[in-house]
Amino acid sequence: MTPFRYARATEAGEAVRLAAEAGARYLGGGTNLVDLMRETIERPAALIDVTGLAATIKETEAGGLRIGAAARNTALAEHRAVRSRYPALARAILAGASAQIRNMATVGGNILQRTRCTYFYDDAGARCNKRNPGEGCDAIDGFNRSHAILGASPACVATHPSDMCVALAAFDAVVHLAGPAGARQMPLTELHRLPGGHPEIETALRPGELITAIELPPLPIAARSTYRKVRDRASYAFALVSVAAALDVRDGRVADVRLALGGVAHKPWRARRAEEALRGGPATAAAFRVAAEAELAPAAPLRDNGFKIELATRTIAAVLGELAGEAA
Amino acid sequence: MAKIHVTTTVNGEPVEFLCEPQQSMLDVLRGPLGLTGSKEGCGSGDCGACSITLDGRLVCSCLMLAVEAEGHEIGTIEGMASGDGLHPLQQKFLEMAALQCGICTPGVLVAAKALLDKNPDPTETEVRFGLAGNLCRCTGYDKIVRAVLETAAEMRGAKAEMPEAVR
Repeated sequence: MTPFRYARATEAGEAVRLAAEAGARYLGGGTNLVDLMRETIERPAALIDVTGLAATIKETEAGGLRIGAAARNTALAEHRAVRSRYPALARAILAGASAQIRNMATVGGNILQRTRCTYFYDDAGARCNKRNPGEGCDAIDGFNRSHAILGASPACVATHPSDMCVALAAFDAVVHLAGPAGARQMPLTELHRLPGGHPEIETALRPGELITAIELPPLPIAARSTYRKVRDRASYAFALVSVAAALDVRDGRVADVRLALGGVAHKPWRARRAEEALRGGPATAAAFRVAAEAELAPAAPLRDNGFKIELATRTIAAVLGELAGEAA
Repeated sequence: MAKIHVTTTVNGEPVEFLCEPQQSMLDVLRGPLGLTGSKEGCGSGDCGACSITLDGRLVCSCLMLAVEAEGHEIGTIEGMASGDGLHPLQQKFLEMAALQCGICTPGVLVAAKALLDKNPDPTETEVRFGLAGNLCRCTGYDKIVRAVLETAAEMRGAKAEMPEAVR
Protein backbone atom coordinates (compact mmCIF):
# COMPACT_ATOMS: atom_id res chain seq x y z
CA MET A 1 0.00 0.00 0.00
CA THR A 2 1.26 3.47 -0.84
CA PRO A 3 1.56 5.66 2.30
CA PHE A 4 -1.23 8.16 2.86
CA ARG A 5 -2.48 10.63 5.45
CA TYR A 6 -5.45 9.62 7.60
CA ALA A 7 -8.01 11.95 9.17
CA ARG A 8 -11.31 11.24 10.86
CA ALA A 9 -14.29 13.51 10.23
CA THR A 10 -17.14 13.92 12.69
CA GLU A 11 -19.58 15.76 10.42
CA ALA A 12 -20.05 16.27 6.68
CA GLY A 13 -18.79 19.86 6.51
CA GLU A 14 -15.58 18.89 8.26
CA ALA A 15 -15.16 15.89 5.93
CA VAL A 16 -15.47 18.10 2.84
CA ARG A 17 -12.93 20.57 4.26
CA LEU A 18 -10.50 17.77 5.12
CA ALA A 19 -10.86 16.31 1.62
CA ALA A 20 -9.91 19.57 -0.10
CA GLU A 21 -6.33 18.45 -0.81
CA ALA A 22 -5.48 16.77 -4.10
CA GLY A 23 -5.69 12.98 -4.05
CA ALA A 24 -7.92 12.74 -0.98
CA ARG A 25 -10.59 10.05 -0.87
CA TYR A 26 -13.41 9.36 1.56
CA LEU A 27 -13.15 6.08 3.50
CA GLY A 28 -16.33 4.13 4.21
CA GLY A 29 -16.19 0.43 5.07
CA GLY A 30 -13.03 0.05 3.02
CA THR A 31 -14.11 -3.28 1.60
CA ASN A 32 -13.41 -2.12 -1.95
CA LEU A 33 -11.14 0.93 -1.54
CA VAL A 34 -8.70 -0.68 0.92
CA ASP A 35 -8.59 -3.80 -1.24
CA LEU A 36 -7.75 -1.69 -4.30
CA MET A 37 -5.13 0.20 -2.25
CA ARG A 38 -3.53 -3.10 -1.28
CA GLU A 39 -3.35 -3.89 -4.99
CA THR A 40 -1.92 -0.35 -5.54
CA ILE A 41 -4.65 0.27 -8.13
CA GLU A 42 -5.90 3.08 -5.87
CA ARG A 43 -3.18 5.31 -4.42
CA PRO A 44 -4.89 8.15 -2.52
CA ALA A 45 -2.72 10.79 -0.85
CA ALA A 46 -5.16 11.00 2.05
CA LEU A 47 -8.11 9.06 3.43
CA ILE A 48 -10.88 10.98 5.16
CA ASP A 49 -12.70 8.51 7.41
CA VAL A 50 -16.44 9.21 7.18
CA THR A 51 -17.64 6.08 8.99
CA GLY A 52 -18.48 8.23 12.03
CA LEU A 53 -20.97 10.36 10.07
CA ALA A 54 -24.75 9.97 10.06
CA ALA A 55 -25.74 6.29 9.93
CA THR A 56 -29.33 6.58 11.07
CA ILE A 57 -32.26 5.19 9.08
CA LYS A 58 -35.40 7.22 9.71
CA GLU A 59 -38.83 7.99 8.33
CA THR A 60 -39.16 11.16 6.27
CA GLU A 61 -42.12 13.53 6.62
CA ALA A 62 -43.21 12.45 3.15
CA GLY A 63 -43.44 8.82 4.33
CA GLY A 64 -40.24 7.53 2.76
CA LEU A 65 -36.93 6.62 4.37
CA ARG A 66 -33.76 8.63 4.80
CA ILE A 67 -30.65 6.47 5.15
CA GLY A 68 -27.43 7.99 6.49
CA ALA A 69 -24.61 7.18 4.07
CA ALA A 70 -22.53 5.63 6.88
CA ALA A 71 -25.24 3.05 7.64
CA ARG A 72 -23.79 -0.42 7.28
CA ASN A 73 -25.28 -2.70 4.62
CA THR A 74 -26.35 -5.20 7.29
CA ALA A 75 -28.18 -2.53 9.28
CA LEU A 76 -30.11 -1.45 6.20
CA ALA A 77 -31.02 -5.01 5.19
CA GLU A 78 -32.25 -5.79 8.71
CA HIS A 79 -34.23 -2.58 9.19
CA ARG A 80 -37.89 -3.29 9.85
CA ALA A 81 -39.24 -0.63 7.47
CA VAL A 82 -36.90 -1.77 4.68
CA ARG A 83 -37.96 -5.39 5.08
CA SER A 84 -41.67 -4.60 5.08
CA ARG A 85 -41.91 -1.65 2.67
CA TYR A 86 -38.95 -2.14 0.31
CA PRO A 87 -38.27 -5.91 0.52
CA ALA A 88 -36.33 -6.02 -2.78
CA LEU A 89 -33.74 -3.73 -1.18
CA ALA A 90 -33.24 -6.04 1.82
CA ARG A 91 -33.04 -9.07 -0.47
CA ALA A 92 -30.58 -7.36 -2.81
CA ILE A 93 -28.20 -6.50 0.02
CA LEU A 94 -28.36 -10.01 1.48
CA ALA A 95 -27.67 -11.47 -1.97
CA GLY A 96 -24.30 -9.73 -2.02
CA ALA A 97 -20.89 -10.47 -0.51
CA SER A 98 -20.55 -12.16 2.91
CA ALA A 99 -21.62 -11.39 6.47
CA GLN A 100 -18.20 -9.84 7.16
CA ILE A 101 -18.30 -7.57 4.12
CA ARG A 102 -21.95 -6.53 4.61
CA ASN A 103 -21.12 -5.66 8.23
CA MET A 104 -18.26 -3.42 7.12
CA ALA A 105 -19.61 -1.87 3.93
CA THR A 106 -21.42 1.45 4.18
CA VAL A 107 -24.32 2.46 1.97
CA GLY A 108 -22.34 5.37 0.49
CA GLY A 109 -19.36 3.12 -0.20
CA ASN A 110 -21.53 0.45 -1.79
CA ILE A 111 -22.77 3.04 -4.31
CA LEU A 112 -19.22 4.15 -5.12
CA GLN A 113 -17.62 0.70 -5.35
CA ARG A 114 -15.68 0.03 -8.53
CA THR A 115 -16.03 -2.68 -11.13
CA ARG A 116 -14.73 -6.20 -10.50
CA CYS A 117 -13.61 -6.55 -14.14
CA THR A 118 -10.58 -8.85 -13.93
CA TYR A 119 -8.68 -6.71 -16.44
CA PHE A 120 -9.21 -3.64 -14.23
CA TYR A 121 -7.63 -5.57 -11.33
CA ASP A 122 -4.76 -6.97 -13.42
CA ASP A 123 -2.48 -3.95 -13.35
CA ALA A 124 0.57 -6.09 -14.06
CA GLY A 125 -0.57 -7.54 -17.34
CA ALA A 126 -3.70 -6.00 -18.83
CA ARG A 127 -4.65 -2.76 -20.49
CA CYS A 128 -7.57 -0.90 -18.93
CA ASN A 129 -9.02 2.49 -19.82
CA LYS A 130 -10.21 2.95 -16.25
CA ARG A 131 -6.73 2.55 -14.78
CA ASN A 132 -4.81 4.24 -17.58
CA PRO A 133 -7.18 6.31 -19.71
CA GLY A 134 -6.50 5.92 -23.41
CA GLU A 135 -4.35 2.76 -23.26
CA GLY A 136 -7.10 0.44 -24.50
CA CYS A 137 -9.29 -2.34 -23.09
CA ASP A 138 -8.24 -5.97 -22.97
CA ALA A 139 -11.68 -7.15 -21.85
CA ILE A 140 -13.38 -6.36 -25.17
CA ASP A 141 -11.41 -9.09 -26.99
CA GLY A 142 -10.65 -11.09 -23.86
CA PHE A 143 -12.56 -13.36 -21.52
CA ASN A 144 -15.71 -11.29 -21.15
CA ARG A 145 -18.35 -13.70 -19.91
CA SER A 146 -19.28 -11.43 -16.98
CA HIS A 147 -19.20 -8.14 -18.89
CA ALA A 148 -21.79 -5.62 -20.06
CA ILE A 149 -24.37 -6.17 -22.77
CA LEU A 150 -26.15 -2.81 -22.46
CA GLY A 151 -24.75 0.73 -22.68
CA ALA A 152 -21.11 -0.31 -23.13
CA SER A 153 -18.61 1.50 -25.38
CA PRO A 154 -15.52 0.59 -27.39
CA ALA A 155 -13.53 1.99 -24.44
CA CYS A 156 -15.08 -0.10 -21.66
CA VAL A 157 -17.38 -3.10 -21.18
CA ALA A 158 -17.18 -3.33 -17.38
CA THR A 159 -20.24 -3.77 -15.17
CA HIS A 160 -21.19 -2.11 -11.90
CA PRO A 161 -21.12 -4.86 -9.28
CA SER A 162 -23.61 -3.59 -6.68
CA ASP A 163 -26.79 -5.51 -5.85
CA MET A 164 -28.07 -2.81 -3.49
CA CYS A 165 -27.95 -0.14 -6.21
CA VAL A 166 -30.19 -2.17 -8.51
CA ALA A 167 -33.00 -2.03 -5.95
CA LEU A 168 -32.29 1.66 -5.24
CA ALA A 169 -32.50 2.38 -8.98
CA ALA A 170 -35.85 0.59 -9.24
CA PHE A 171 -37.25 2.59 -6.33
CA ASP A 172 -36.28 6.10 -7.55
CA ALA A 173 -33.82 6.65 -4.69
CA VAL A 174 -32.38 10.15 -4.38
CA VAL A 175 -28.76 10.70 -3.32
CA HIS A 176 -27.94 13.64 -1.02
CA LEU A 177 -24.51 15.19 -1.52
CA ALA A 178 -22.32 17.66 0.34
CA GLY A 179 -19.48 19.39 -1.45
CA PRO A 180 -17.21 22.42 -1.61
CA ALA A 181 -19.97 24.34 -3.46
CA GLY A 182 -22.71 23.25 -1.05
CA ALA A 183 -25.33 20.56 -0.81
CA ARG A 184 -27.38 19.10 -3.69
CA GLN A 185 -29.35 15.99 -4.61
CA MET A 186 -29.61 13.76 -7.65
CA PRO A 187 -31.53 10.63 -8.58
CA LEU A 188 -29.42 7.51 -8.09
CA THR A 189 -30.08 6.61 -11.74
CA GLU A 190 -28.15 9.75 -12.75
CA LEU A 191 -25.22 9.25 -10.37
CA HIS A 192 -23.47 6.49 -12.28
CA ARG A 193 -22.34 7.19 -15.85
CA LEU A 194 -22.19 5.02 -18.92
CA PRO A 195 -18.55 4.60 -20.00
CA GLY A 196 -18.58 6.43 -23.35
CA GLY A 197 -15.08 7.65 -24.19
CA HIS A 198 -14.18 8.25 -20.54
CA PRO A 199 -14.75 5.11 -18.46
CA GLU A 200 -12.37 6.48 -15.82
CA ILE A 201 -15.10 8.99 -14.92
CA GLU A 202 -17.61 6.72 -13.25
CA THR A 203 -20.04 9.11 -11.58
CA ALA A 204 -21.59 12.55 -11.93
CA LEU A 205 -20.09 13.61 -8.59
CA ARG A 206 -17.97 16.76 -8.63
CA PRO A 207 -14.50 16.81 -7.08
CA GLY A 208 -14.70 16.62 -3.29
CA GLU A 209 -18.39 15.73 -3.16
CA LEU A 210 -19.51 13.34 -0.43
CA ILE A 211 -22.63 11.17 -0.32
CA THR A 212 -24.35 12.05 2.97
CA ALA A 213 -27.67 10.21 2.67
CA ILE A 214 -29.94 8.19 0.39
CA GLU A 215 -33.63 8.95 0.38
CA LEU A 216 -36.29 6.46 -0.64
CA PRO A 217 -39.54 8.10 -1.68
CA PRO A 218 -42.83 6.78 -0.30
CA LEU A 219 -43.63 4.02 -2.80
CA PRO A 220 -46.54 1.72 -1.93
CA ILE A 221 -45.79 -0.54 -4.92
CA ALA A 222 -42.39 -1.36 -3.38
CA ALA A 223 -44.08 -3.36 -0.62
CA ARG A 224 -44.64 -6.08 -3.24
CA SER A 225 -41.15 -6.27 -4.67
CA THR A 226 -38.37 -8.80 -4.95
CA TYR A 227 -34.81 -9.26 -6.10
CA ARG A 228 -33.46 -12.25 -7.98
CA LYS A 229 -29.76 -12.74 -8.60
CA VAL A 230 -28.46 -15.28 -11.08
CA ARG A 231 -24.83 -16.28 -10.56
CA ASP A 232 -22.40 -19.15 -10.86
CA ARG A 233 -22.75 -20.31 -7.25
CA ALA A 234 -25.40 -19.91 -4.59
CA SER A 235 -23.62 -17.31 -2.51
CA TYR A 236 -20.70 -14.97 -2.50
CA ALA A 237 -20.52 -14.36 -6.24
CA PHE A 238 -21.28 -11.34 -8.40
CA ALA A 239 -24.41 -11.32 -10.55
CA LEU A 240 -24.36 -12.55 -14.11
CA VAL A 241 -27.81 -10.98 -14.24
CA SER A 242 -30.00 -9.66 -11.46
CA VAL A 243 -33.49 -8.19 -11.42
CA ALA A 244 -35.19 -5.89 -8.91
CA ALA A 245 -38.90 -5.58 -9.56
CA ALA A 246 -42.13 -4.28 -8.02
CA LEU A 247 -45.50 -4.94 -9.59
CA ASP A 248 -49.04 -3.72 -8.99
CA VAL A 249 -51.67 -5.79 -10.80
CA ARG A 250 -55.31 -4.73 -10.83
CA ASP A 251 -58.05 -6.65 -12.64
CA GLY A 252 -55.46 -8.62 -14.54
CA ARG A 253 -53.65 -5.53 -15.84
CA VAL A 254 -50.37 -3.92 -14.85
CA ALA A 255 -51.38 -0.80 -12.93
CA ASP A 256 -47.74 0.08 -12.20
CA VAL A 257 -44.29 -1.51 -12.31
CA ARG A 258 -40.69 -0.80 -11.33
CA LEU A 259 -37.86 -2.76 -12.92
CA ALA A 260 -34.07 -2.55 -12.81
CA LEU A 261 -31.23 -4.87 -13.84
CA GLY A 262 -27.80 -5.63 -12.42
CA GLY A 263 -24.79 -7.34 -13.98
CA VAL A 264 -25.57 -6.09 -17.48
CA ALA A 265 -24.18 -2.54 -17.66
CA HIS A 266 -21.67 0.01 -16.38
CA LYS A 267 -24.41 1.27 -14.06
CA PRO A 268 -27.48 -0.11 -12.31
CA TRP A 269 -29.85 -0.37 -15.27
CA ARG A 270 -33.35 1.01 -14.82
CA ALA A 271 -35.47 -0.91 -17.35
CA ARG A 272 -37.69 1.94 -18.53
CA ARG A 273 -38.45 0.40 -21.94
CA ALA A 274 -39.87 -2.69 -20.29
CA GLU A 275 -41.79 -0.62 -17.75
CA GLU A 276 -43.41 1.40 -20.54
CA ALA A 277 -44.27 -1.75 -22.45
CA LEU A 278 -45.90 -3.23 -19.35
CA ARG A 279 -47.90 -0.30 -17.94
CA GLY A 280 -51.61 -0.67 -18.64
CA GLY A 281 -51.15 -3.96 -20.45
CA PRO A 282 -52.15 -7.50 -19.47
CA ALA A 283 -50.29 -9.14 -16.59
CA THR A 284 -49.55 -12.31 -18.51
CA ALA A 285 -46.44 -14.41 -19.07
CA ALA A 286 -46.51 -13.51 -22.75
CA ALA A 287 -46.65 -9.77 -22.04
CA PHE A 288 -43.80 -10.08 -19.50
CA ARG A 289 -41.68 -11.82 -22.13
CA VAL A 290 -42.43 -9.16 -24.77
CA ALA A 291 -41.54 -6.35 -22.35
CA ALA A 292 -38.29 -8.08 -21.37
CA GLU A 293 -37.38 -8.52 -25.04
CA ALA A 294 -38.02 -4.80 -25.61
CA GLU A 295 -35.54 -3.93 -22.85
CA LEU A 296 -32.88 -6.25 -24.23
CA ALA A 297 -33.40 -5.24 -27.87
CA PRO A 298 -30.43 -2.82 -27.89
CA ALA A 299 -28.13 -5.40 -26.24
CA ALA A 300 -24.73 -5.80 -27.88
CA PRO A 301 -23.09 -9.10 -26.86
CA LEU A 302 -19.36 -9.72 -26.77
CA ARG A 303 -17.63 -13.03 -27.54
CA ASP A 304 -18.54 -14.79 -24.29
CA ASN A 305 -21.58 -13.03 -22.82
CA GLY A 306 -24.31 -13.45 -25.44
CA PHE A 307 -26.09 -15.85 -23.04
CA LYS A 308 -26.88 -12.88 -20.80
CA ILE A 309 -29.49 -11.58 -23.26
CA GLU A 310 -31.70 -14.65 -22.94
CA LEU A 311 -30.83 -15.04 -19.26
CA ALA A 312 -31.91 -11.46 -18.52
CA THR A 313 -35.05 -11.83 -20.62
CA ARG A 314 -36.08 -15.01 -18.83
CA THR A 315 -35.18 -13.66 -15.38
CA ILE A 316 -37.27 -10.51 -15.90
CA ALA A 317 -40.24 -12.60 -17.08
CA ALA A 318 -39.85 -15.07 -14.21
CA VAL A 319 -39.64 -12.38 -11.53
CA LEU A 320 -42.68 -10.54 -12.92
CA GLY A 321 -44.54 -13.85 -13.10
CA GLU A 322 -43.68 -14.54 -9.45
CA LEU A 323 -44.92 -11.09 -8.36
CA ALA A 324 -48.09 -11.41 -10.47
CA GLY A 325 -48.73 -14.81 -8.93
CA GLU A 326 -48.53 -13.30 -5.46
CA ALA A 327 -50.99 -10.61 -6.48
CA ALA A 328 -53.52 -13.07 -7.86
CA MET B 1 4.89 9.86 8.21
CA ALA B 2 4.28 10.13 11.94
CA LYS B 3 2.80 7.10 13.62
CA ILE B 4 -0.71 7.36 14.99
CA HIS B 5 -1.53 6.55 18.60
CA VAL B 6 -4.59 4.33 18.97
CA THR B 7 -6.49 3.56 22.18
CA THR B 8 -8.82 0.59 21.93
CA THR B 9 -10.06 -2.53 23.71
CA VAL B 10 -9.02 -6.04 22.68
CA ASN B 11 -10.88 -8.99 24.20
CA GLY B 12 -12.06 -6.77 27.03
CA GLU B 13 -8.60 -5.41 27.93
CA PRO B 14 -7.64 -1.77 27.32
CA VAL B 15 -4.88 -1.63 24.69
CA GLU B 16 -2.78 1.15 23.18
CA PHE B 17 -0.56 0.92 20.12
CA LEU B 18 1.23 3.02 17.52
CA CYS B 19 0.65 2.35 13.83
CA GLU B 20 1.11 3.71 10.33
CA PRO B 21 -2.10 4.70 8.51
CA GLN B 22 -1.58 1.93 5.95
CA GLN B 23 -1.31 -0.87 8.52
CA SER B 24 -4.33 -3.14 8.69
CA MET B 25 -5.88 -4.24 11.97
CA LEU B 26 -4.62 -7.71 11.11
CA ASP B 27 -1.03 -6.40 10.76
CA VAL B 28 -1.20 -4.84 14.22
CA LEU B 29 -2.90 -7.83 15.86
CA ARG B 30 -0.33 -10.27 14.52
CA GLY B 31 2.67 -7.92 14.89
CA PRO B 32 2.84 -5.46 17.79
CA LEU B 33 0.02 -7.07 19.76
CA GLY B 34 1.33 -10.61 19.32
CA LEU B 35 -2.13 -12.10 18.71
CA THR B 36 -1.39 -14.51 15.89
CA GLY B 37 -4.65 -16.48 16.04
CA SER B 38 -6.18 -14.37 13.27
CA LYS B 39 -4.68 -15.46 9.95
CA GLU B 40 -4.00 -13.75 6.67
CA GLY B 41 -5.39 -15.86 3.85
CA CYS B 42 -6.25 -13.75 0.84
CA GLY B 43 -5.78 -10.22 2.16
CA SER B 44 -8.75 -9.06 0.09
CA GLY B 45 -11.78 -9.88 2.24
CA ASP B 46 -12.70 -13.08 0.43
CA CYS B 47 -11.57 -15.89 2.73
CA GLY B 48 -12.51 -14.82 6.26
CA ALA B 49 -9.38 -16.29 7.93
CA CYS B 50 -8.78 -12.87 9.53
CA SER B 51 -12.32 -12.56 10.97
CA ILE B 52 -12.62 -10.56 14.19
CA THR B 53 -15.44 -8.61 15.80
CA LEU B 54 -15.60 -4.81 15.94
CA ASP B 55 -18.12 -3.70 18.57
CA GLY B 56 -19.65 -7.16 18.20
CA ARG B 57 -19.94 -7.02 14.40
CA LEU B 58 -18.08 -9.68 12.43
CA VAL B 59 -15.54 -8.03 10.08
CA CYS B 60 -12.43 -8.87 8.06
CA SER B 61 -9.40 -7.43 9.88
CA CYS B 62 -7.37 -7.40 6.64
CA LEU B 63 -9.63 -4.69 5.17
CA MET B 64 -9.90 -2.71 8.40
CA LEU B 65 -7.26 -0.07 9.00
CA ALA B 66 -5.70 -0.32 12.46
CA VAL B 67 -6.43 3.38 13.07
CA GLU B 68 -10.14 2.55 12.81
CA ALA B 69 -9.89 0.66 16.11
CA GLU B 70 -9.74 3.96 18.02
CA GLY B 71 -12.42 3.99 20.71
CA HIS B 72 -13.92 0.67 19.62
CA GLU B 73 -13.95 -2.87 21.01
CA ILE B 74 -12.07 -5.61 19.17
CA GLY B 75 -12.76 -9.30 19.75
CA THR B 76 -10.38 -11.99 18.44
CA ILE B 77 -10.14 -15.78 18.61
CA GLU B 78 -7.80 -15.38 21.62
CA GLY B 79 -10.75 -14.03 23.61
CA MET B 80 -13.06 -16.93 22.87
CA ALA B 81 -11.99 -19.41 25.57
CA SER B 82 -12.24 -18.49 29.26
CA GLY B 83 -8.82 -19.43 30.64
CA ASP B 84 -8.48 -23.16 30.03
CA GLY B 85 -12.20 -23.55 29.45
CA LEU B 86 -12.89 -23.80 25.73
CA HIS B 87 -15.95 -22.16 24.25
CA PRO B 88 -18.60 -24.79 23.39
CA LEU B 89 -17.91 -24.19 19.68
CA GLN B 90 -14.20 -24.87 20.15
CA GLN B 91 -14.95 -28.02 22.15
CA LYS B 92 -17.41 -29.27 19.53
CA PHE B 93 -15.01 -28.57 16.67
CA LEU B 94 -12.45 -30.80 18.44
CA GLU B 95 -14.94 -33.57 19.17
CA MET B 96 -16.35 -33.63 15.65
CA ALA B 97 -13.03 -32.96 13.86
CA ALA B 98 -14.53 -29.96 12.12
CA LEU B 99 -11.11 -28.93 10.89
CA GLN B 100 -8.14 -30.38 9.10
CA CYS B 101 -5.20 -28.05 8.41
CA GLY B 102 -6.62 -25.46 10.78
CA ILE B 103 -5.73 -22.21 9.03
CA CYS B 104 -9.37 -21.20 8.51
CA THR B 105 -10.47 -22.43 11.94
CA PRO B 106 -9.95 -19.27 14.03
CA GLY B 107 -11.95 -17.24 11.51
CA VAL B 108 -14.64 -19.90 11.24
CA LEU B 109 -15.00 -20.03 15.03
CA VAL B 110 -15.22 -16.24 15.38
CA ALA B 111 -17.80 -16.14 12.58
CA ALA B 112 -19.78 -19.05 14.04
CA LYS B 113 -19.86 -17.39 17.46
CA ALA B 114 -21.06 -14.12 15.90
CA LEU B 115 -23.74 -16.11 14.09
CA LEU B 116 -24.97 -17.90 17.24
CA ASP B 117 -24.86 -14.67 19.30
CA LYS B 118 -27.35 -13.22 16.83
CA ASN B 119 -29.33 -16.37 16.03
CA PRO B 120 -29.13 -19.13 18.69
CA ASP B 121 -31.34 -21.48 16.67
CA PRO B 122 -30.17 -21.33 13.04
CA THR B 123 -31.26 -23.70 10.28
CA GLU B 124 -28.61 -25.46 8.23
CA THR B 125 -29.25 -22.95 5.43
CA GLU B 126 -28.75 -20.06 7.84
CA VAL B 127 -25.46 -21.55 9.07
CA ARG B 128 -24.22 -22.00 5.51
CA PHE B 129 -25.33 -18.45 4.61
CA GLY B 130 -23.75 -17.02 7.78
CA LEU B 131 -20.42 -18.75 7.16
CA ALA B 132 -20.30 -18.07 3.41
CA GLY B 133 -17.50 -15.56 4.02
CA ASN B 134 -15.20 -18.21 5.51
CA LEU B 135 -13.44 -20.42 3.02
CA CYS B 136 -12.19 -23.88 4.00
CA ARG B 137 -10.27 -25.92 1.43
CA CYS B 138 -10.08 -29.11 3.54
CA THR B 139 -13.36 -30.12 5.11
CA GLY B 140 -15.92 -29.55 2.39
CA TYR B 141 -17.84 -27.63 5.11
CA ASP B 142 -20.16 -30.45 6.18
CA LYS B 143 -18.35 -31.15 9.45
CA ILE B 144 -18.17 -27.42 10.21
CA VAL B 145 -21.88 -26.91 9.59
CA ARG B 146 -22.82 -29.95 11.67
CA ALA B 147 -20.55 -28.86 14.54
CA VAL B 148 -22.14 -25.40 14.59
CA LEU B 149 -25.66 -26.84 14.54
CA GLU B 150 -24.85 -29.31 17.34
CA THR B 151 -23.23 -26.58 19.44
CA ALA B 152 -26.26 -24.37 18.97
CA ALA B 153 -28.56 -27.18 20.11
CA GLU B 154 -26.34 -27.88 23.12
CA MET B 155 -26.12 -24.23 24.11
CA ARG B 156 -29.90 -23.85 23.86
CA GLY B 157 -30.30 -26.96 26.03
CA ALA B 158 -27.84 -25.64 28.62
CA LYS B 159 -29.66 -22.32 28.65
CA ALA B 160 -33.05 -24.01 29.13
CA GLU B 161 -31.68 -25.87 32.18
CA MET B 162 -30.41 -22.66 33.78
CA PRO B 163 -32.51 -20.98 36.44
CA GLU B 164 -34.44 -18.02 34.99
CA ALA B 165 -32.39 -15.47 36.98
CA VAL B 166 -29.03 -16.28 35.35
CA ARG B 167 -30.11 -16.77 31.71
